[in-house]
Amino acid sequence: MNSEVLSSTRQSVELFVTLFMFWVLLNGSLAPDTLAIGCVAAFVIAVLFRDGLSFLFEFRILPSSLWASVQYFVYFMKELIVANVRLAIIVLSPSLPIKPGIVKVRTRLKSRMGRLLLANSITLTPGTLTVELEDDWLYIHWVTVEAVDMEDATTLIVAGFERYLERMYG
Amino acid sequence: MGAIIDIIGALLLVLGTAFLFLGGVGLHRMPDVFNRIQVGTKTTTLGTLLTLAGAACLHPDWSLKLLLIGLFLLFTNPLSSQVLARAAYRSGAKKMATMVTDQFGDEPGDRS
Repeated sequence: MNSEVLSSTRQSVELFVTLFMFWVLLNGSLAPDTLAIGCVAAFVIAVLFRDGLSFLFEFRILPSSLWASVQYFVYFMKELIVANVRLAIIVLSPSLPIKPGIVKVRTRLKSRMGRLLLANSITLTPGTLTVELEDDWLYIHWVTVEAVDMEDATTLIVAGFERYLERMYG
Repeated sequence: MGAIIDIIGALLLVLGTAFLFLGGVGLHRMPDVFNRIQVGTKTTTLGTLLTLAGAACLHPDWSLKLLLIGLFLLFTNPLSSQVLARAAYRSGAKKMATMVTDQFGDEPGDRS
């Protein structure tokens, strides 16, 4: 019970700090009235959403996880560009070569933030869109289905991101 | 030096708007809701990021704010698409008859 309250408080504080920093950077001013408004708004949101997620929550602060974050970001940008070029080709082809379907894949990630980032990453990468996240299972809409089998689809869609996110969040 | 950065910025802006335009074409051409969401999410994300990067080249003093807007976009854009896709599925949006597989609908339990 006590540790639950503690972790909930820690989360609220982290959320407050993140929101407040965001506010100050966006405003680019340190005037007292701006700071006061940001402080009140961030406090209210932090209290209302104390069970929400923040970037730092569950992140492992280790040199290897920081390095994994950098690798993840590079891999992610590369995949985002590939996704856009592929879709551009499909959209511009007169025959519209699509072969859509919804497949089921499995993730090994346990943390909530890790799973959220995985679902987001899948949505932004070549031809895949997360439709539902249920326990260990993700349901993915695929513009050009390349594998119907669960194991094969997992390798194709999930494995690339998972190996970095695993080291970042576990 | 400044002129080169201006040119790079302008090129990034053009590239970004080109992707946004392709996204619009895709929305028009794709046959069902899920494929449209796919095109919409990916092109608006990269298109807007490139546009922001272009703007950062032309106005270096805006860089920090533009970076924050970009980060915000990277987190919220896919999330809203996922929520839309799930809502569309559960409310029984029209799916393409030619869908290769639908393992979500094959599951036991009523989802609609």
